[in-house]
Amino acid sequence: MDTVAWFLLWVVAIGITGWAFRFAGQKIQWPSDRLNMYFRDMPLMVGIGFMFGLVLLYVVFHYYFIDQSTFFRWAVQGFVIFTVASWLFLTLGKYVGTQATRKIFRQMPLTAAFGILTIIIYAILSIFAGVIAPYGQEEIFEKINVLPGGDPSLGGDPRFPLGTDQLGRDLLSRLIYGGQNTVGIAFITTILAFLIGSSFGFLAATLGGWFDQAVSRIVDALMAIPQLIFALLLLTIATAWAGSNKELITIYMIVIIAVLDSTRVFRLARAVGFNIVVMDYIEAAKLRGENLSYLIFREILPNAYAPLLAEFGLRFCFVFLTIAALSFLGIGIQPPLADWGTMVRDLAQFINFAQFSPHTAALPLMAAGAIALLTVAVNFVVDWMLHKSSGLKD
Amino acid sequence: MKAVLLIILNRLALGVVTLFVVSVLIFAAVNLLPGDFAQAILGQGATEEAVAAIREDLGLNKNPVARYTDWLGGILKGDFGVSFAQANFSSFAGEDASKGGIGSVASQLEPRFKNTLFLAGVSAMIAVPLSLLLGIMAALYRNSVFDRFVNISTLSSISSPEFFLAYVLILFLAVLNPILPSLSNIYAEMTFGDRLHKTLLPALTLTLVVMAHMMRMTRAAIINLLASPYIEMARLKGIKPARVIIFHALPNALAPIINVIALNLAYLVTGVVVVEVVFVYPGIGQLFVDSVKIRDIPVVQACCLVFAAAYILLNLTADIFSILSNPRLRHPK
Repeated sequence: MDTVAWFLLWVVAIGITGWAFRFAGQKIQWPSDRLNMYFRDMPLMVGIGFMFGLVLLYVVFHYYFIDQSTFFRWAVQGFVIFTVASWLFLTLGKYVGTQATRKIFRQMPLTAAFGILTIIIYAILSIFAGVIAPYGQEEIFEKINVLPGGDPSLGGDPRFPLGTDQLGRDLLSRLIYGGQNTVGIAFITTILAFLIGSSFGFLAATLGGWFDQAVSRIVDALMAIPQLIFALLLLTIATAWAGSNKELITIYMIVIIAVLDSTRVFRLARAVGFNIVVMDYIEAAKLRGENLSYLIFREILPNAYAPLLAEFGLRFCFVFLTIAALSFLGIGIQPPLADWGTMVRDLAQFINFAQFSPHTAALPLMAAGAIALLTVAVNFVVDWMLHKSSGLKD
Repeated sequence: MKAVLLIILNRLALGVVTLFVVSVLIFAAVNLLPGDFAQAILGQGATEEAVAAIREDLGLNKNPVARYTDWLGGILKGDFGVSFAQANFSSFAGEDASKGGIGSVASQLEPRFKNTLFLAGVSAMIAVPLSLLLGIMAALYRNSVFDRFVNISTLSSISSPEFFLAYVLILFLAVLNPILPSLSNIYAEMTFGDRLHKTLLPALTLTLVVMAHMMRMTRAAIINLLASPYIEMARLKGIKPARVIIFHALPNALAPIINVIALNLAYLVTGVVVVEVVFVYPGIGQLFVDSVKIRDIPVVQACCLVFAAAYILLNLTADIFSILSNPRLRHPK
């Protein structure tokens, strides 16, 4: 109850000071005319917004310098580092490169630059995981449960900067390899989903008739069951089929998620395809006597490229999150392969040690944050692409 | 009015058909299992006679169509069958589980379903008003610092995995500043306040997950209308911007907003699996994941059907409400 009372008190206080701020701004004769006009036309909510921002700044200052909360400091430092890095990347892109890329970079918002930079870093880390990671993902050392931080007096070991797990595997290496496995498998699954979904979608659009009806009704039925639930049900059956063969379970998971996600791709490809099929140039191609594959690959696909590309980014995020969630629930990517979802589940209990050993508590957040960072980055880029192609200005 | 009723009946009939197809799909998928239930219950070292006896007990000798009608008939009477794990347990306890005692799936499902609905309800109570308010404010002060900030933070929260948000909330609200409990052990005899207190952290996580979508949709739906002539007219009359948005733009933007709210409620009921596992919340999602792990097929089947029914029902509601709120859909050409 106390918390609620304090909260209400703060709201009222911000409201009153916001009004006072605007009132004072209107009474004071500012040296510049623009400032005078600005205060004269200021809505009350903007004044309150200024005060709210001030309180927010104070809260950040308080937690960073006075309270010195370790996690908060890390979060703020991470935020600042990423902002500066993406700003540098954006500036670099504006002056280096060909005429075309420089033009793209000049119009790009900071969030999209952050997204592209993050995706590049992830791609490098995943592709060259074998070179970058200090040890192998299944390599077992005799020292188990080494604490992170690398300080021997606190139970760390400089050889393992993030420590080792309960079996004695180096967590830094597993984190890096986890990227390769999780991102790689999600990427393959998305491509598979696109191959299935877009080929059926375009076929339905060009052929029409009973084929379109049949496939559309099947897709409707598949989409009527919530996706994660259906994936879990099918995976139960798949694990029974696979028996103790762990690799087979992963392959089944890829196929199941690809099929379930291809229903969404099918819907989009079919809708886009139908819009293209009614065009005159398709009619002309049909009259020329072109066959089906020419129609799909030479006429429809090049014109459906832009929406499909944006959809690819979004689909990748969904697939990536589904796989991470399944692994987190213990039914996705199987050990001994390292992956982020499983790491979060295995390390989750360490979060309770946050007050004594912040480094240890940060471990599950690191794996979960790695997932979050990539999906946020992809979403920022997709958001920018959609905004650009829709031509919205307001 | 008659036309509207006809449309609603039409949609309801469509929903029932969809549910039927889904039940066939689930039944067919489960029956793809290698071996059969009898083998699954007894494990690999079972004798021929034992397997045959259980097969007889569960009616597995009948053909699939007869079994499907039996299963469906049972569900319509509220009997979801017997859970494997509980059947084992109750056979030790000397009870006949098939008579709807402690081993029946329905008795397991009922309290958990109520818990899940409670969690979804609390999340919706927080998320819907908050996202509407933020969406309207973002549309009102579009392209300002506030709009950018809300946009970026909601996009980030919508694209993070649920367990990341959950653990961040646990870290700050349960471990570093122990305000809320990080485990939601809920039982039947709790007072409402206690229950709310224990549910708040998972509910907050779900709020973060669904809020972004609703807020962005509200903003987009309102901004879409701002270019139309009647809004221009209202502005030229000299009405305040807040009044233009709330009284002129919002009523016409209601259809897409209601639609997205219903879709997100459907997500709240079905997407709770991960959040329930993180907070060990005794809901239907937790039951589902546990049953998937031990391959307790009757429970998995029943949970799947309940989830699908909730999902279809809420989508149907969205459909009907968007027809009701839009005169152009009410009188189809």
